[in-house]
Amino acid sequence: MKLKFSFFYPKSCLPFFLLAVATSAFGQTQLPLVSDADSTKPMNMDATYTRPFLQLGKMPVALGGYVEANTAWTSEDGVSEGLSFQVPRVTLFASSAIGRYIKFLTEIEFEEGGREINVEYASMDVQFLPALNLRGGIILNPIGAFNQNHDGPKWEFVNRPVASTQMLPATWSNAGFGVHGKFYQGPWTFGYETYLTNGFDESIIDNPEGRTALPEAKENGERFEESFNGRPLLTAKTAIRHRQIGELGLSYMGGTFNKFEDDGLTVDKKRQVHVFAVDFNTQLAATATTILGEWAWVLVDVPDTYDPQYGNKQYGGHLDIVQQVFSGPILRWQKAAFNLAARLDYVDWNVGNFDNTGDSIGDSLFGISGGVGFRPTAQTVIRLNYVYQWKHDLFGNPPAHLAGWYFGLSSYF
Amino acid sequence: MQNSTKILFLAGLLALELGCEKTFPSAPEDATLLDGPVEGLSNDQARQFLAGDKAFNAEIFTAATGLGPLFVATSCGSCHPGDGKGHPTNALIRFGQSDSSGNQFLHLGGPQLQHRALPGYGPEQIPAGAPFSKLLPPANTGLGFLEIVPDAEILALADPDDLDGDGISGRPNWVDLPGYLSPRPDAIAQHGKYIGRFGKKAAVYDLLQQTANAYNQDMGVTSTYAPFDTYSGVEIDPEVPNKTVEDVVFYLRTLKAPIARNTTKADVAAGKLLFEQSGCASCHMPTLRTGASRIAALEFREIAPYTDLLLHDMGPELDDGYTEGSALSSEWRTPPLWGLGLSKNSQGGEYHLLHDGRANSIETAILLHGGEGSGSRDRFKALSDTERRQLLAFLESL
Repeated sequence: MKLKFSFFYPKSCLPFFLLAVATSAFGQTQLPLVSDADSTKPMNMDATYTRPFLQLGKMPVALGGYVEANTAWTSEDGVSEGLSFQVPRVTLFASSAIGRYIKFLTEIEFEEGGREINVEYASMDVQFLPALNLRGGIILNPIGAFNQNHDGPKWEFVNRPVASTQMLPATWSNAGFGVHGKFYQGPWTFGYETYLTNGFDESIIDNPEGRTALPEAKENGERFEESFNGRPLLTAKTAIRHRQIGELGLSYMGGTFNKFEDDGLTVDKKRQVHVFAVDFNTQLAATATTILGEWAWVLVDVPDTYDPQYGNKQYGGHLDIVQQVFSGPILRWQKAAFNLAARLDYVDWNVGNFDNTGDSIGDSLFGISGGVGFRPTAQTVIRLNYVYQWKHDLFGNPPAHLAGWYFGLSSYF
Repeated sequence: MQNSTKILFLAGLLALELGCEKTFPSAPEDATLLDGPVEGLSNDQARQFLAGDKAFNAEIFTAATGLGPLFVATSCGSCHPGDGKGHPTNALIRFGQSDSSGNQFLHLGGPQLQHRALPGYGPEQIPAGAPFSKLLPPANTGLGFLEIVPDAEILALADPDDLDGDGISGRPNWVDLPGYLSPRPDAIAQHGKYIGRFGKKAAVYDLLQQTANAYNQDMGVTSTYAPFDTYSGVEIDPEVPNKTVEDVVFYLRTLKAPIARNTTKADVAAGKLLFEQSGCASCHMPTLRTGASRIAALEFREIAPYTDLLLHDMGPELDDGYTEGSALSSEWRTPPLWGLGLSKNSQGGEYHLLHDGRANSIETAILLHGGEGSGSRDRFKALSDTERRQLLAFLESL
């Protein structure tokens, strides 16, 4: 019996090192895309398949996974809860080549030590043509980049981007069907995806967070069985990539989120949620610098007579800069690397002004993060991060100051 | 550079970063905050304070947990950010009563307007012809001290017929107690009514009544104390347990009193003198003394709330035509001034003062005084620019 590692993951995804150039707007880091000249190399939309898998002989099934283990020491306005340790997630994935041009992949996530177990992804792909694939099952809605490309070992930061997880609902998966494909032209690659899935529910504006929060819909596990209101959620993304410039993605997700009819009776008007996102990533080969980011806008039809703390417009995103400062042999590892990384986060959960005073509505967060990542191998990262955030309440009162040190490791296995 | 040297260099850099004392934000000075407990709580009291803090500030109600369907706010803390005064966005509206004969619009949803609603529901509207007033949420700080000022001390400050001829005639608001309340041991009654001391019209007897009303009228959440659903009007199962209500009451009782700042500055000291000379202190009584309490940290203390807890006629300038209890529509309870200088830190950086937030500065609030406050207002007008600045510096220091 022979064990064989099959790496779909770009080799030069090596670690980066943080360069805290905190100047412009927002940010975070993912694993660098390779700077080769192959225009067919994976795009962000391929992230679920570009992972290391373990294959046993000629068996058609490959296994893999990743783990994250962290420790955090944080403080808010001078009050610290002390040091804590966490294993936020252990994820197992399995893929299977069912037949020629037919494959299946599933991702099962154990969160918080097994308190939550989720089938995060479980889809079958049937390739009719490279430009036309049918995908069905539990899919990751392709909104922005992070939702599909969220594996811990790919990032230099312990924390996930704030806007991706606290404004957008990453990781956000649903049952549904759709098509995707890619076209190639010289150095250019064009990809598209579009899916109809189950979607959001009224918890996005009726939740214990006290703000419009798309992630609250993740609490509804029934979305894998039936739609909340019988109306599908449309998610569509197009992306274009130039092998020397980088990748730019544009995506949309939207649909009716509320229950407007029940047992044949009208109980409310149809209320829509629309999400628009733009994402990009590039690697500057000359300086071994990776830059990537994502920005999204959320529009929600909140009733005029509802509490104004639930905003009808949100935006936010992140920008990551990862600078490799060393690669080569270190101790026992021949292809180790050190990276410096910087991230800017921004989210405004309630864009606009109060009707009665004209004052700007607060409920926003700005954060800067710096980090150091040591990668003994491409698929393992040991990282140390420092995070500082300014958090404004709904009324824009003096902000709360949050800071934290995070140390952790994450690795594919 | 050798690899090992590079690693050592990076490790040194990290150690330097980790060793920096300034990596965590420092705590704001206590005097700049309105929240936080009184000093001297026992361990079990501290636990209850924290439980109340969580229920007050972190528990946001949803449809599933009892919100509405008609409501004003989704949590206690949303109206009192940082335990300070509320923003005009969270002003509430009361309607239906114009004199001491009682509320004539209870059958139409009075006394409080629930002007927000869950999706699919229509909010309340003010009934045609109903008098109403917009009321801003007050700061919570120091309420536990005010609750145990003895009735006798409040009555000693009253002068309903202005026998001393100073133009100030404060009187208590005599109110009926709801069935679940028992009068305090030292309570003084008049014709079966008791002295109210909370709310803009002093129509609320104590913090339990205030809390039960707020759950019910502000959030549409029923309790055993206020079991009637504000939407249907029928009695339903409690949506918040008594334990939570009691924790919140304890939290409100044990919030610290605001701490005055800059008290040694010459301008502040001069301003305090001008405050007293202008007659402001006739209603905004600088000190009161608390009585007995089951919470040792509160009892028998001298406090500086700058209120007499009495009703005063503020004239037509501040008469909205609406009232509560036995108060006239032009009468308002003297609002405590402690914490005044920190108000804008909970109101989005600007002052929103007086009962409905109509004054955007302390000076404007003074100039809008009428009735019994007109004498002090006129004396303020007569001050020189320097004296005005000093008086305002004193008020900002509270």
